[in-house]
Amino acid sequence: MSQPGASASLDQTVVATASTKNQANSRDIPLVKVKDPWFVPRVGLSARRNRVLGIASFLLPLLIWFAISYLPFLWHPNIKITEPGDVSYFKAGMQIERERFESEYAKLVTSGGELPQGEPSNPVYLPAPHEVATALYTSFTTEPRRKSEQWFHESLWHSITIIFWGFTLSSLVGVPLGVLCGTYAAVSRLQEPFIEFFRYLPAPAFGALAVAILGIHDAPKIAIIFIGTFFQQVLVIANTTRKLDTALIEAAMTLGSSRLALLFKVVIPGVLPDLYRDLRILLGWAWTYLIVAELIGTSSGITWFITQQARYKNFENVFAAIIIIGIIGLVTDMLLARLGRRFFPWDRSGDKQAAHA
Amino acid sequence: MNVVPAYQQQTTDVRQRFDTLKQRDVTLQVQNLSKSFSINDGTVTALSNVSFEVHRREFMTVIGPSGCGKSTLIRILAGLEFASSGVVKLNGEQVSGPGPDRGMVFQTYTLFPWLTVKKNVMFGLRNLGVSDTLAQKEAMQWIDLVGLDRFANHYPHQLSGGMKQRVAIARALAAKPRILLMDEPFGALDAQTRAKMQSYLLEIWRNIDITIVFITHDLDEAIFLADRILVLKANPGEVQELIEVPVPRPRLASQMLETPFLSTRQHIGELIHPPVSEEDDLPGVIRMTPVGDDVEPQW
Ligand SMILES: Nc1ncnc2c1ncn2[C@@H]1O[C@H](COP(=O)(O)OP(=O)(O)OP(=O)(O)O)[C@@H](O)[C@H]1O
Ligand SMILES: [Mg+2]
Repeated sequence: MSQPGASASLDQTVVATASTKNQANSRDIPLVKVKDPWFVPRVGLSARRNRVLGIASFLLPLLIWFAISYLPFLWHPNIKITEPGDVSYFKAGMQIERERFESEYAKLVTSGGELPQGEPSNPVYLPAPHEVATALYTSFTTEPRRKSEQWFHESLWHSITIIFWGFTLSSLVGVPLGVLCGTYAAVSRLQEPFIEFFRYLPAPAFGALAVAILGIHDAPKIAIIFIGTFFQQVLVIANTTRKLDTALIEAAMTLGSSRLALLFKVVIPGVLPDLYRDLRILLGWAWTYLIVAELIGTSSGITWFITQQARYKNFENVFAAIIIIGIIGLVTDMLLARLGRRFFPWDRSGDKQAAHA
Repeated sequence: MNVVPAYQQQTTDVRQRFDTLKQRDVTLQVQNLSKSFSINDGTVTALSNVSFEVHRREFMTVIGPSGCGKSTLIRILAGLEFASSGVVKLNGEQVSGPGPDRGMVFQTYTLFPWLTVKKNVMFGLRNLGVSDTLAQKEAMQWIDLVGLDRFANHYPHQLSGGMKQRVAIARALAAKPRILLMDEPFGALDAQTRAKMQSYLLEIWRNIDITIVFITHDLDEAIFLADRILVLKANPGEVQELIEVPVPRPRLASQMLETPFLSTRQHIGELIHPPVSEEDDLPGVIRMTPVGDDVEPQW
């Protein structure tokens, strides 16, 4: 055995042919384990590892949350009173800082009297997983406190429509403008310097202006999403368009394409998959402007729900709302990614990180 | 006594071929072409006073050291770049800007990734206003010709490098150009695929009415394909010699070991790499003391 490496790979081929020929027999032959490194730049992982890591990425933060919530020796800075004892201002169910509880306790030990009882607990703003889990359901079934207020699902839907219109209107103008900027130097010089300037102005700064012009209802909210998305969108799309290989345009010119055909038959189809990817990322940004937009004028949508629930100290509902936003975002993006693969069967750039096994 | 060098000795067959060739119309005429680029600290002269003519159905290869302006020349012929001075005429008409009468095959893969092989080949035909059904039919004929009928509905990313270049050739020819310009089209291919592609190209060229200008930096390729070879020299890019290849057609691999081929090869080799003597002052080359054989390894 002078060359262990060579013999190992030989064994492997034997195993491979044996197992394909006869599935039943493959159990008897010891499999040769090939070392598969985890950290190689730009090399994808096996399907199994992808799945495991994907699940772990959610499991890790959940685990931390579980540990902090259910292990009394981790954090738990407060004491929840179960028996007020002889402390005048203690009430059952009340939360109090650990130091305060201990000093009152010590006072009673020296002066005599009924001792208060309590258990370690986390602040109200960190509900335990099971509380949030119930809230995920009950937040939908709880009737609003006042007749005029919206149910949870109504607030949620309202938020989604605001995002939809803000993002759609922005894209209807921003995508064509971005493509033109990326294609024609003249358009780029006319538009981009101003857009570069404008994009540094924070969208929320236009809130008061938007309300003054557009009223207090949905229009100014849509406008904020629009302002927040549009300027970035033009620049991002222009840059993506510029990355199209010039040789493709030159090839089309030698094949007799007219100027207009170069735009519609080469540039646009050439950048479409990348534009689609850009839009998916930009849609995520639009959500970050939602919270600002919904605080403008009359507070509305999911933001209204969250602030309202925080005021009532129903933090489990706040968490439930946040988690649902996350789920909506994740699910839309996964759906869009899947649709993208269907729309652009020739697009390979999405596969780079995909499984190699 | 003045002996004719071996590479200029033509058999009667070969001489007759060149005689008929030169009687054909001039397809491409290049007159006093110069091109300089302005860069941050002055100008670079890529081409200086280049003149030559290509006859109808001629296969001309262009060879020369790296940076001598081969790509610049072919891009000017294609109309993708403008000459600083001089004229390019196609069938007597001055060229200005790209057009479907001059097809081009690039060194990099330039198939449209969003189109199938068939749609790629149809691209030029559709630009010419050919109806969809007719364009499909014609495209399929070209795809058959390059032997890729089984791959008509594949996307470019599903093809090998050699297949991609075959589609690129079909795509360029389908647009019915008068002349096909090729800039190191097989440069990225391995030797075996390359040899196959050369035979393919000669076979296609033999069967249709097309004139070819083909750039390469590979001596064997230049000789194997060409009727005449345009040898350029660098700094500035000038025509050094226009060589009539004495190898008879049809070309076979076995000819590469025979005198006409070898003498041509040797001659061009000397043109491109002139012998360097110790005293020559080569700018940019660092002279080093050679390490003796008796030196102990130091690592
Ligand atoms: N756009 C440009 N701007 C400035 N200089 C250029 C430009 N294009 C080419 N050149 C210069 O012109 C000269 C010729 O370049 P060219 O690409 O035509 O060479 P080449 O013969 O094709 O070389 P290679 O065999 O390496 O492809 C080079 O010195 C190069 O630096
Ligand atoms: Mg070149």
